[in-house]
Amino acid sequence: MIGKSDPDAVLRDAQQADAEDVGRRVFLRNAFIAAGAATFGSKTVAFADDLMRGSDEPADDVPQWAMVIDMARCDGCRVCTKACQEAHFTGDQEWIKVFEVTDEAGNIVFLPRPCMQCENAPCLNVCPVGATYRNDNGTILVDHDRCIGCRFCIAACPYGARYFNWGEPENPPGAALARYSPEFPVPHRKGTVDKCMFCAHNAMNGKLPVCASSCPMSAIWFGDLKADIATNGLETVQLSWLLGNRNAFRLKEELGTRPRVWYLPGHGEHSKVVLPE
Amino acid sequence: MSVQIATGAPDGDRLEHLLERSKAPVQPGAWGIRGRLLVAALAAVVIWGILAWVWQLKHGLAVTGLNDRVSWGFYLTNFVFFIGISHAGTLVSAILRLSHAEWRRPITRLAEMITVVALVVGAGMVVVDMGRPDRLQYVIMYPHLRSPILWDVLSIGTYIAGSLLYLYLPLVPDLAILRDGHVGGRIRQRLYSVLALRWHGGPEQRRLIGRAIGIMAVVIVPVAISVHTVVSWIFGMTLRSGWNSTIFGPYFVVGAIFSGIAGIIVVMAIFRRVYHLEEFITEKHFRYLASLLLVLGLLYAYFTLSEYATVGYKMQVGDASLLSALLTGRYAPYFWTFAILGMVVPIVLLALPRTRTIRWIVTAAVLVNLGMWLKRFVIVIPSMALPLMPYEWGTYRPTWVEWSITAAGFAGFALVFMIFARIFPVISVWEVEEGWEAEDAESFAPVEAPLAAGATILVGEPS
Repeated sequence: MIGKSDPDAVLRDAQQADAEDVGRRVFLRNAFIAAGAATFGSKTVAFADDLMRGSDEPADDVPQWAMVIDMARCDGCRVCTKACQEAHFTGDQEWIKVFEVTDEAGNIVFLPRPCMQCENAPCLNVCPVGATYRNDNGTILVDHDRCIGCRFCIAACPYGARYFNWGEPENPPGAALARYSPEFPVPHRKGTVDKCMFCAHNAMNGKLPVCASSCPMSAIWFGDLKADIATNGLETVQLSWLLGNRNAFRLKEELGTRPRVWYLPGHGEHSKVVLPE
Repeated sequence: MSVQIATGAPDGDRLEHLLERSKAPVQPGAWGIRGRLLVAALAAVVIWGILAWVWQLKHGLAVTGLNDRVSWGFYLTNFVFFIGISHAGTLVSAILRLSHAEWRRPITRLAEMITVVALVVGAGMVVVDMGRPDRLQYVIMYPHLRSPILWDVLSIGTYIAGSLLYLYLPLVPDLAILRDGHVGGRIRQRLYSVLALRWHGGPEQRRLIGRAIGIMAVVIVPVAISVHTVVSWIFGMTLRSGWNSTIFGPYFVVGAIFSGIAGIIVVMAIFRRVYHLEEFITEKHFRYLASLLLVLGLLYAYFTLSEYATVGYKMQVGDASLLSALLTGRYAPYFWTFAILGMVVPIVLLALPRTRTIRWIVTAAVLVNLGMWLKRFVIVIPSMALPLMPYEWGTYRPTWVEWSITAAGFAGFALVFMIFARIFPVISVWEVEEGWEAEDAESFAPVEAPLAAGATILVGEPS
């Protein structure tokens, strides 16, 4: 959790992250080829490319969604949680959960936690059937027709952002009418994993995520890393400026998950939030 | 307590006796009234467990104590435990075979049976844990090779296939004995004669089976090691405190062999008593296995120390709260029961010459098995319950469904074992016989292979 002050640095980090991810994939690919070539010969090269294809680079003009949560504005009313639950018929699951935490200065602050949509997503890596995947916008989605309910992703997620449908989900009449898609995973299915997906259904239609549009304090910004733009529904700003000017930080930065959710500290420029590891 | 092999008896008599004894469980009425009652009781527990699973399938995993915080519990604990036990077979029958430890001969069959049965029960536990077991085939249809679960599927799948083959190969000559001895009714005779693959024991057949078993013994060892390594990586590849460890692979492999040997000792003791095999499974076998168990126990203690000392010294936030929960907090009773009853006490029992008797060795082995189940519990649950976000600790209270299915796992293990022993000989007759032949030959020209010498140093002078 490092506060960033230079606006360019933040954006550069985001771009550098892409480069690092490519580096890691190349490493994995080459390691695989080296191991495989000894055993199966040249076919492994094609096979290795096939294996790593899951995370192709998106085209330049595709938006890369990001979220910025202003903790100075959040008053912990939890309207976002309720709005999300109603919009997605999630029942008790809190896809965006608001924690009450004490920052370094000893102030009580609120920490809303959606899915971090990590660029190096532990949940995506460990899914045995590829049910968890990344769409072109960099959002992590779950294909509920594919999920086998092993819950490895729940064990792997460092942010506790994933929820399991332990029993038959209570799908209200409205939910039963919905046509299922990973972007709008309703009706929910027993024995599969659910989580926040940045309201991919809204993003496709140029609308803000429900948490952002419902927030009475306009504390949640949603934006595009590629176009460097963000809005909270009232104002529209340059994303890198927002991040750079307010000491933005990400949760558990040291884990290398590279979340696409940033936080702007509340109650003073330099207060950071200490989380359990 | 033990009866030594009557070394003075002529080979013919000895063989007769061995045949008679090893076929005894296969004869009609071999279970007796007590055996039948036991089988009925075990079957009842298994059926109850299956009913519990059906209940769980209907109502979902909501009927378990699992929740979004502690999303893995008893089933994963059982999975790791049974896969651990499965290392029994590999150790005794492959490593001891490769090191020419002659004393292994009467217990290889039991060990290989443990491997196969434990693997099946262990793999079954994962299926029970799945939210959508109806989609099990997706793991093959849509494999995502980046996931450690896929590595487990490949590794454990290979291990099951290899272990079955490894159990079957040395069984062939014994099946021929049953075929030729006209044991059992028409159906059994048919089974024996099909499975015996026209074995007649000629020199060419003996050479071939010797080679095949030799190859399998070499192949199965790395597979077995890979199995428990990738099982540990299900935990080791995550960022959770307590799991985020570089030594988890070897730590789990050592733990698996540790509990596997303890498993063999327990099964050996039961079979020895129930089927009166005292003549073939002697105190010597218990003592040798006790030495191995002691070595593995010390190794496991060493790994345990390394694991906790290196995180405990630095006390990073997450590690610190996990450690205090383990050592002095809510999980301390489980942890210390494991550490003292499952590790320290068995090590002492096995190390003291006074307690190196069958009774105490078996006691130590039972303690190790109980302790290692608990150890797997304190590996899986506390790391899940540990708050990753500003939460309270998660809670996990296993329900009757999980207890029932766990009980069914253990009962099923025993039941399959009993049924298996009812159909196939529990002592590898031909291998023991071969051992006698070698022994006789050796008394004229004592040549010791280097590996055998190593085994001698490790476990003492064979016979």
